[in-house]
Amino acid sequence: MTYQIVDHDVLVIGAGGAGLRAAIEAAATGVSVGVVCKSLLGKAHTVMAEGGVAAALGNVDDRDSWRVHFADTMRGGQYVNNWRMAELHAREAPDRVRELEAWGALFDRTADGRILQRNFGGHRYPRLAHVGDRTGLEMIRTLQDHGIHKGMDVHMECTVLTLLRDGDRIAGAFAYDRERGRFRIFRAKSVIVATGGIGRAYSITSNSWEYTGDGHALAYLAGADLQDMEFVQFHPTGMIWPPSVRGILVTEGVRGEGGVLRNRDGKRFMFDNIPDNYKPQTADSEEEGWRYTQGDKSARRPPELLTRDHVARMIVREVKEGRGSPHGGVYLDISWIKERLPNAAEHIRKKLPSMYHQFMQLAGIDITKEAMEIGPTTHYIMGGIRVNGDSQMSTVPGLFACGECAAGLHGANRLGGNSLSDLLVFGKRAGEHAARFAMERSAVTIDEGEVDEAASRALAPFARRGGSDGPFQVQESLQVAMQNHVGIVRTEHEMERALTEIDALTRRAEQVLVPGNREFNPGWHTALDLRHLLIVSEAITRSALARRESRGGHFRDDYPEKDEAFGTFNHVVRVGGDGMMRVEREAIAPLPGELAAIIEEMKS
Amino acid sequence: MTAPTTGAVDAYTAAQAAQDDAVGHGTRAFRVWRGADGAGAFHDYVADVDEGMVVLDAIQQIQASHANDLAVRWNCKAGKCGSCSAEINGKPKLMCMTRLDELPTDEPVTVEPMRAFPHVRDLVTDVSWNFRVKPRIQPFTPRAPDAPDGTWRIAQEDVERVQEFRKCIECFLCQDVCHVLRDHHLHDEFVGPRYLVYVAALEMHPLDIADRTTELKDQFGLGYCNITKCCTTVCPEHITITDNAIIPLKERVVDRHYDPLRALVRLVRGARKHDSRDTPGSKR
Repeated sequence: MTYQIVDHDVLVIGAGGAGLRAAIEAAATGVSVGVVCKSLLGKAHTVMAEGGVAAALGNVDDRDSWRVHFADTMRGGQYVNNWRMAELHAREAPDRVRELEAWGALFDRTADGRILQRNFGGHRYPRLAHVGDRTGLEMIRTLQDHGIHKGMDVHMECTVLTLLRDGDRIAGAFAYDRERGRFRIFRAKSVIVATGGIGRAYSITSNSWEYTGDGHALAYLAGADLQDMEFVQFHPTGMIWPPSVRGILVTEGVRGEGGVLRNRDGKRFMFDNIPDNYKPQTADSEEEGWRYTQGDKSARRPPELLTRDHVARMIVREVKEGRGSPHGGVYLDISWIKERLPNAAEHIRKKLPSMYHQFMQLAGIDITKEAMEIGPTTHYIMGGIRVNGDSQMSTVPGLFACGECAAGLHGANRLGGNSLSDLLVFGKRAGEHAARFAMERSAVTIDEGEVDEAASRALAPFARRGGSDGPFQVQESLQVAMQNHVGIVRTEHEMERALTEIDALTRRAEQVLVPGNREFNPGWHTALDLRHLLIVSEAITRSALARRESRGGHFRDDYPEKDEAFGTFNHVVRVGGDGMMRVEREAIAPLPGELAAIIEEMKS
Repeated sequence: MTAPTTGAVDAYTAAQAAQDDAVGHGTRAFRVWRGADGAGAFHDYVADVDEGMVVLDAIQQIQASHANDLAVRWNCKAGKCGSCSAEINGKPKLMCMTRLDELPTDEPVTVEPMRAFPHVRDLVTDVSWNFRVKPRIQPFTPRAPDAPDGTWRIAQEDVERVQEFRKCIECFLCQDVCHVLRDHHLHDEFVGPRYLVYVAALEMHPLDIADRTTELKDQFGLGYCNITKCCTTVCPEHITITDNAIIPLKERVVDRHYDPLRALVRLVRGARKHDSRDTPGSKR
């Protein structure tokens, strides 16, 4: 077969915040940069980020510094983070945020005209630069509008099927355009994967159709290591009613602004169980918690602002023990602040405009008057492609990863606001290093056999006869299996069942039929995405089985305690010699003395 | 799940729909435009409905059960990304934010692609023209940082002045409904409401010092807008496009280019990009 060939020095896969930031940086070096994305430009999941971007600017509380941010990130991640990434992230995030402002982003302001920062779970001081509750939109639009003038070529609505290699090196990607279904070869000296998450592996998720773990699976199949795939973040507050909105995110900013969690009996259950390592930093009383949200520097944070993994599990416990709300969640109430603030309704509408609109329009709930019904929703994966902390290069030369699909920064649990800063800091680094890699290397050669094989595999669903499954049915079965068996609370028995189901679904996926033709055919697109979704589901399940302890986003009902022995290594998922998926252990490098001292100092 | 009922939609009576609606679930009839490259027809489907369902839920259900190849764009499903624009019962709307219980129950819900853009397939149109317009607009150009720490001080009220425009989710519904584009096809001469809002956001940005009034007049076709306010009506973000963005831009252009006194000054002193009002920090 002959294909259209597009040449770039650096190819970026994904146009969310991380991909765009990487592309901007690479283009600034003068190399040729191409960006491919599954949707239209500016529609990626970054747009959904609400609460803010974490950076120790110290504008609201001058006790904040990169050292506190570093320690918060490590504590939140239960110390299996890549400490080098946590350090770089904390040090560089403030410059990345200020740079965004110089590119036109407009954040809310302090009284003296600096960037305002808000409280968020797990952050010791008010740290999240924000624009009401639509920070993600502001960020992606700023990056998009800046980027289009920087000389990058954007290939919209184009999906990558496989990464191409030239010997051990990466050589580009093979893709199809969604509109006409035509194949396209992207030849590139380096490739940056910035494809986001895996939320579509679960039935209750805040993620859109796009998040099928493409980057994870593409990198895995190209020989790269994945890391800590068991750590999936279930955001504590997703909408649960009416059914059509189930999973849609409710920002943590609601709690940052004083919102509280209550069970059916009206009790603030978060005070019932505060983990030891957070006790010194957590409020003793409702009164102290309220003062914290209103900026009283002598007060400690309310337990609603503990880390997401803990809050999600507490909600699940309330529901399981029969104290949940009518639709299987709990109540999140911001309207109560009217007891404390004059003009509370106006204040809520101003601070949380899109939450107000979202509940009014979709649930018929006025959040200034009533409590919201919420429950956990699959939101983010901490695990991902294993990368070098400085360069973001994976274990495959020339293949880089940044943003959600890269592992390391967040360890076992991500703090809210750290993903927007992650994508800025490491998007920039990936772009810089991928451009340098491309400049220092000779041209690549495409293996036509590899391309032809991918093309015929992609067209197979049209040619099959006899099967009865459609792609949406297989996807739904997988989502149900993962939701039920590899969700917030996990056991060996359940996960073994999941593996059996994934195996059966893999075979069903190889037999799905697709009607119609190659032109903008979502059935076909879903069939092709299934391969990636199944690989990441297997990687999550196998890693979760191997981690016989509970840590961060990974909770085992059969091993409910943290086991220090598991805190000394990362899980690495790679293709074994027999072609089967293997989960191995890689020791975590010892913390340098300076960083270890910071962590000790911040424990009090 | 009900089987496809092409041609059988009449059997679905208004009484039945009203009854189902009263209990919050049941089925609803849909007429979905299907076809490619402009040719096509309405196809009839029935979807199961639940409390609180939006049009996009029904389309996804139809796609998953009856029509795997039904082409539709969507992403966030929460009114934040602006992907699922369509014409519902003839009105430009986001499918994810249009609840079925807002629509009349005595007739099928019609769902069509945006009609102002070239048709690709089913509910998907070619909106790429929009993405070509934006790079033609002078990018954000900040004044030099003037705070001691190398950044800027900005008042919250100056941020709020442009927040309204920056809420735009680029759904292009305003472009779809604008008669200059939809009926007169003046895409080469007129950038449309979305990009006038974009220019307004830049022009009123507290740090920006570029002047886009000449382009507004000569290249972006600002004069074509005759303030019918259709764009404002359809905006899902409730941006007051005409009153707050377009009219102030028109005033700026008039002020800059048609003020006789200024014209005289320009004639005497030669045309300059900026006049004295555009000194750093004085922008409004």
